[in-house]
Amino acid sequence: MNEAASVVWVISLPLLGALLATVWRQHAATIGWVSSALTAGCAVWLLWVVQHAGVQELALGGWEIGLGISLYADGLAAVMVLMSSLVVLGCSVYARQYFRTQRQHELFWPLWLLLATALNALFLAGDLFNVYVTLELLGISASALTALGAKRAALRAALRYLVVGLLGSMLYLMAITLLYAAYGTLNAVQIAEALQVNPLGWAALLLMLAGLALKMALFPLHFWLPPAHSNAPAPVSAALSALVVKAAFYLVVRLWFEVFAPLTTPVLANVLGALGAMAVLWGSWSALRAERLKLLAAYSSVAQLGYLVMFFPLLMVLEGEARQWLFGAMVLFALSHAFAKSALFLAAGILLRYAGHDRIRELSGTTQFLPLTTFIIALAGIALVGLPPSGAFLGKWYLLDAAFQTGQWWWVLVLVVGSLLATAYVFRLLGHAFGHLPAVKRPFVAATQEIPALALALMATFGLGLGAMSLWSWLAQTGTGAGL
Amino acid sequence: MAGLSAINPQFLYVCAGIFLFAIGLWGTWLHAHYVRKIISLNVMGAGVFLTLIAVAYRGENLPPDPVPHALVLTGIVVAVSATALALVIIRRLEDAANE
Repeated sequence: MNEAASVVWVISLPLLGALLATVWRQHAATIGWVSSALTAGCAVWLLWVVQHAGVQELALGGWEIGLGISLYADGLAAVMVLMSSLVVLGCSVYARQYFRTQRQHELFWPLWLLLATALNALFLAGDLFNVYVTLELLGISASALTALGAKRAALRAALRYLVVGLLGSMLYLMAITLLYAAYGTLNAVQIAEALQVNPLGWAALLLMLAGLALKMALFPLHFWLPPAHSNAPAPVSAALSALVVKAAFYLVVRLWFEVFAPLTTPVLANVLGALGAMAVLWGSWSALRAERLKLLAAYSSVAQLGYLVMFFPLLMVLEGEARQWLFGAMVLFALSHAFAKSALFLAAGILLRYAGHDRIRELSGTTQFLPLTTFIIALAGIALVGLPPSGAFLGKWYLLDAAFQTGQWWWVLVLVVGSLLATAYVFRLLGHAFGHLPAVKRPFVAATQEIPALALALMATFGLGLGAMSLWSWLAQTGTGAGL
Repeated sequence: MAGLSAINPQFLYVCAGIFLFAIGLWGTWLHAHYVRKIISLNVMGAGVFLTLIAVAYRGENLPPDPVPHALVLTGIVVAVSATALALVIIRRLEDAANE
């Protein structure tokens, strides 16, 4: 099989799985986890191919670029695909035990695999219109999955999520229309080459940024995220918080550093960074005040996305190798958050089932009651705070370093306050969990629920921290197309 | 879009498209009721599609550019499915409220 096939398989395997799970309902769960395992295998293969054979560009069906669907895989895209496939695999193994009735399985798996398809297709999309289609697929499957929570609050959150997602996509589509009118192409590379600094380009950039900021829940457009992420079923919450908002962030990175590179200015980057800083402070503060564990996790996502945006103003002024390192740190931070947050949501799901609630104040005795689950929460907490050896530690370290190097010391203040608040909310949670409660009977938790959560948490805390060097060299070798 | 400066049909179409888009955006943001929000989103979509169709015009003697037309078709399919999903969720919510 030739090398380019790996690009196609990571998209078509989950799609095939979704179709099979729809038709062959009684085996939906088996089809689901087998196809996500195979997809994860293909994602490893894709990373290997990109590493050894370089950037993969593919025009599907032999249609020339501009007419057919083009796929594009460089180091960054391959790393993102691997991240999403691993998180999806972890959640899939977990979901087999999580859903009790056959009916829930029949509803969950086709949508879940479609979500995985949309994510991988989005990371690999080579032209801007395909990005629009995959964004819509992602939004529709994500909000349908949120509605599986079935309670009123979940339905309400799903509806709001859908409307916000559609609004974001419409803004994005209008921007595409403007770009096509001006340059007559939808291919990202061709637009990047042709782009000129004029009002039309500005309008397109601002429309796209507004749409994607809405989808990635950038402060102050984050209002829809906490209800949607906290009311969905546990594996869905994990994927929404870890991956779906990350997809919008990935697009912002691509557009900012590649397509719109001539237009982006340090001033605009500072505006984005300031919004990110506000997200860090507001998100962390709300997480500290949250009554429920799932709500805490959702607010902490708002804060963590804020950190990611804070990298932008620093990346704009750095050059050469320092910039490459900082870019690697940003990717590492995004990956670290994906693994940590999915582990936290899966652990919250276990807690919710066996303790019957996730009210933080009443978590006394959780350490005795669910020791491994508490350990997973602690590990995920380490990665969220950014303690060594987690990947987030290295990410924050380079952010700090770059802020000092470029003399933008005010970001350091935000970083310190944000980290202190994160420490406070993680320790508040653990403090309650370690409270002593006499004579509790320990329930039997299925290993297929705790092991995947543990694996994801270990990946965030140890795997990424220790494997960071190879990630950096991959990104440096294959380039990110951005002249980075 | 070379002739944007002169008043011609293409220019009017683009203006109408952007106007519809703006009305839809306004409505989506302001209306509290979700059915109204969905209708506003569809108005917004119609604005984008109208603009795309105007963009496809390449002059009197030339055939229109097929790519924007394909985009409009895809966009309509997406809009219809998203609207259907939203309406189903609204129905479910109303059922839950009546129970």
